[in-house]
This record gives sequence, C-alpha cells and structure tokens, in this order.
Amino acid sequence: MNAARNTLPVELKGLSTRFGSTWVHRNIDLAVPVGEVVALVGGSGTGKTTLLRQMVGLLRPAEGEVRLFGEPLFAGSRAEQLARRRRFGMLFQQGALFSALNVFANVAFPLREFGVSDEAMLRDLVLLKLAMVELGPEVALRMPAELSGGMIKRVALARALALEPELLLLDEPTAGLDPDRSAGFVRLIRALQKALGLTVVLVTHDLDTLAALATRVAVLSEGRILAFGPLDEIMTVQDPFIERFFHSERSQAALARGRSEI
Amino acid sequence: MSTQLRGARPQAAIDVEGAGARVVLSGDWTLSVLNPRCVDIRRQLEAASGAPAWDLAGVSRLDSFGALLLWRAWGRRRPPQLVLPEALESVFGRLADLGDASLPVEPPYRFLDATAHLGRLLLGLVRHLGHFVVLVGQLLLDLLYLLRNREHWPVREMSANFYKVGVKAMPVTALVGFLIGVVMSYLSALQLRAFGADTFIVNILGLGIIRELGPVLVSVLVAGRSGSAMTAQLGVMRVTEEIDALTTMGVSRYVRLVLPKVVALTLAMPLLTLWGSSVAIFGGMVSAYVQLDMSFDYFLNALPRAVPVANLVIGLVKGAVFGLLIALVACHFGLRVKPNTESLSANTTASVVTSITVVILVDAVFAIVTRTIGLPYR
Repeated sequence: MNAARNTLPVELKGLSTRFGSTWVHRNIDLAVPVGEVVALVGGSGTGKTTLLRQMVGLLRPAEGEVRLFGEPLFAGSRAEQLARRRRFGMLFQQGALFSALNVFANVAFPLREFGVSDEAMLRDLVLLKLAMVELGPEVALRMPAELSGGMIKRVALARALALEPELLLLDEPTAGLDPDRSAGFVRLIRALQKALGLTVVLVTHDLDTLAALATRVAVLSEGRILAFGPLDEIMTVQDPFIERFFHSERSQAALARGRSEI
Repeated sequence: MSTQLRGARPQAAIDVEGAGARVVLSGDWTLSVLNPRCVDIRRQLEAASGAPAWDLAGVSRLDSFGALLLWRAWGRRRPPQLVLPEALESVFGRLADLGDASLPVEPPYRFLDATAHLGRLLLGLVRHLGHFVVLVGQLLLDLLYLLRNREHWPVREMSANFYKVGVKAMPVTALVGFLIGVVMSYLSALQLRAFGADTFIVNILGLGIIRELGPVLVSVLVAGRSGSAMTAQLGVMRVTEEIDALTTMGVSRYVRLVLPKVVALTLAMPLLTLWGSSVAIFGGMVSAYVQLDMSFDYFLNALPRAVPVANLVIGLVKGAVFGLLIALVACHFGLRVKPNTESLSANTTASVVTSITVVILVDAVFAIVTRTIGLPYR
C-alpha cells in the first residue's frame, strides 16, 4: 500500500509550452505530493489553465514530460492509458455537463462507461454521489439548463468524483459564484478532500479560495515557477509580482477571510 | 497496467466462519477491483447475508461502490455485530444518511396522455404559426422604419450574406445542375429516339429545367446548405447570449441579423436559379450532342422557339419566393433555439425539413396558378 502511496500523483519535468512563436512556459518542474492541495496562481496569460490542461492530456507540451502516478501520461497501450485516466477527475470552469442528458445521466455516465450496468446499484451510487455534493434526489431528473450556476458546479463535481479518483483537478472552482456560494463550495471541496483523501490541483484567481483550500501554492510568472511551497512561505518571497498579488490591501483582506473559513 | 495493478493490490475476499455465523472480509473493496467480479461477489454476499457478525478489520481499501455492495447485502442497515475500523466509519455514515432516498417517480403513461400529447402538438403548431406571423410582421415594421431612416440599412451585413449564400453556393449548384441536366437529357434521348422525335429534347429540357426543376433543385440545395447554416448561427448566438448582448446595446436582432439574411437570400436565389438552370441546360446540350448528334447551334436556336420567355420569368419569380421562404423559416427556427445542444440540433433539422416542405407546397401552388401561362402546346 505504501509503495503506491508514495508515487507522485502529478509530476512535470522540464515542461515547455509554445503558442506560435511565443514561449508560455520554459522548463517547468513541479511535483505534487499525495494528499496535498496545490494551487496554481499567476497573472492572466501566464498559462495556468494551459498547465492544467496539459496535466490531463488535453494539450501536449512542446518539450518535457507530464507524469501521472509515476508514469508518463501517454505511455502504454490504450487500455493502460484508460486505466490511468480513470484515476483522476476534472472539474471544468463552466461545469461542462452534457446538456442533452439530465443530472442523473450525467453523473451515471462515467460509471456506465466503466461497466457498471446494474441499474439499482447505479441509482444508489448516483444518489450517494449527489448527496456527497449536498444535492437531494429531487434534482436528479432536471436538465443542466434548468440548474443554477452553483448547482451546475456541484453536479460537475459529483461527476468528476464518480469513479472514486485519487486526483482531482479544478479549473477556477469558484469563478462565477457569489461569495456566499463560493465559500460553501470551498467548504464542500475541503470536506470531500479530507474524507476521500484526494490530491487536488487547482487553478484560481480567488485569494479567499486559495487561503481556505491550498496547502501549497505554486506561483507562475514569466513562464516559470517563481515559488512553490506553503502560503506563509510564499508570502515571504521577495518579488514584485508576489508583492502585488499577495500584499495589496484587497489581497490581505481576502486572505484573512479565506483563513478564517478553515 | 490494469492487470498488474490488480495483481499488486490484494483482492477482495469473503471468508465465512462458524457455519455462517461470522463473515470476515479482506482485501480491496473498490470499484476497479470489484466491478469485473461483481456477479460473483454479489452471489457470495447474498449467501452470507444472514450472518449476524461481520469483521471488516482486514479491509485495506473501501470506496463507496464497495460500501454500497455491503450495505445492500445487509438490507440497508448495520448488522448486529460489526467490526469496523475507524477510517471506514465515514463511508457508512454517508450511506446511512442517504436512507431510502429514491429518484422522483415519473407518472406512468395513460390513455389520456396520448390525447394530451396530440393536443400539445397541435398547440405547438399554432404557436409556431403565431411566432412566424410575428417574425414577418416585425420585419415589415422594421422595413417601414428603414425606409424612413436610410442610414440604418444594414448594407454591410447584406453584402456579406449575399456573398455567403449566393457566390459561395455557385460551385455546388453548377456541379449538381450539370449532372442533372446530363442525366435528364440522356434518359429522354433514349425514349425520344425510339419515336423519332429527337428534336423535342429541346422542349423537354428547356421547359422542365427552366420552369420547374431549376428553381426547386436550387431551393433544396440552398435549404440544406444556407438555411441550416442560418439556423445554426442564430442558435449558437442564442446559446452564447450574443443576441441578448445586441439587444442591450439597442440593436434590433431583426434589423441586424434577420433582415440581411432574408434580403440577401431573396436577391441571391433568382440569380442562383438562373445560374443553376443555365448549367443544367448546358449539361443537357452536351449529352444531346453525344447521344443524338444534335449541334449546340441547333439547340440554342430551337430553345427560344420551344420555351416562351414567360417561363424564365416564372422560374426567376419562384426562385425569389423560395429564397424568401427559406430564409424566413431558417431565422424562425434559429430564434427558437434554447440554450442546449439538443435544442440546437432539433431546430436545425426542423428548419431544413420545414423549408424543403414549404418550398414544394408553394411550388404546387405556383403550378396551379400559372397553368395558363407560357405553355406552348395545350
């Protein structure tokens, strides 16, 4: 058990990204340990979401390598890649629920793909997942178009968790939610992360979310990782970007608010 | 990898001790391990389900799938004597909280529902007609407004749409028209030669293509090509709230989006019809030359004598009317799209099917109304 537990869920080695002739990332190394909540922060256009999309294989880096659970992302046969993909779940910024399917079918989709065919079992599993994200069975037959923004995120989270992943990737989990809902969603993610022992990688602009969730912060600036470590350590790094990002009055207030939620 | 992984992880195992009094579980009880052996595991659990004492101390991993399997085997409650490690407590806590929750039940289908369904279809049709009338009325009002305010004409959009639905449709229209002309001429020539009536090929092709086949053929092509594109474009703009953005800026969706499409297609269709019919007749001419040895010179000289010019006018007017109808139907369905993928595809399909049906219906009306015009042999 420990051997499996000690491999790094996500490891980036010498990763570089190029869009056209501009280099977005240059030689990035990052290792995400098991059970940590790592937040990627940086100014807009620094390629945070790009990095997240490379971790799940939606984009391929120009150079370098992405390793998930100790193996290269694209290594092995189709079946092996599929098995690796089932060990992580991703929450997209807009939820990315299948709009032609209702909530129940959305959450059941990955389970059905995996081969769970017993309908009674499937029903209980989906209701359990919905209960985990604090949604009752009454929403199960609604279509995504009939849900509010916060509910869409919850359903999307339930779908991402359907196959019991070890790694969860979140793209702007609180974007588009009002402060109250956003705090509630952060609490939910935190509780689930603790209960299920998840490793989480998230991209966020929101300092409340950052302070409440992240155990480690990776700061992206000028195409490289400027600093990586616990928030308190990051705050002491002398750098103009970190100065502007973390030490302005607004940021301090947001961080204090986030910390009080833990 | 999956097989290696499963090999490396301890398998889920069920040991029954003391003649069914005590069940000891061990290994991994997770989705990836259990699902391939689900039937087997469930049978074993069923056989052991009566046991009062369960020992889960040997379980190395348990996820909600495994927990649910056990929970169902226990009849949705904890067995009297349960040895449960602290770490696994929370999974069963969540299951107990879930209780007997079940999906909301949809009411069963009854006989009266069929009547209601029929009624809803009819009301839906009435609603469609209502919306269509509103669309046409709004366009007329906007036209009146634009006649008084010349500077608000969306000239650029009209020009762009004209290029998109007219000029860009020329190659495909030519290709299909040419082939149809060749085929029609070839088949007619075979029959006409048997009766020694070779020269009538000019009448058949001229009348058939210019008056009837040209406009309808081009309409079907344009409905599939441009009508569907219009519906999809308006639909996506509905989904991405672009139309709402236009409205908040005080730009009328009818003036800026619908009118240019309608005007462009109404103007482009007669020209496309002329182009398509010409190429089809050219195809017929080529085929007649090969099959019947009829020279291009003779064909072109005989054409005006066989086909009075009224037929060309009828063909072009039909083209304009069909263009107007296709654009109106396409915009009508485009503006009805709801923000989901299902609605987008349903409305695009409905748009194409409806516009082709409407074109053929209106063509029949034309045939009756113009039955005394332009037919030399009656």
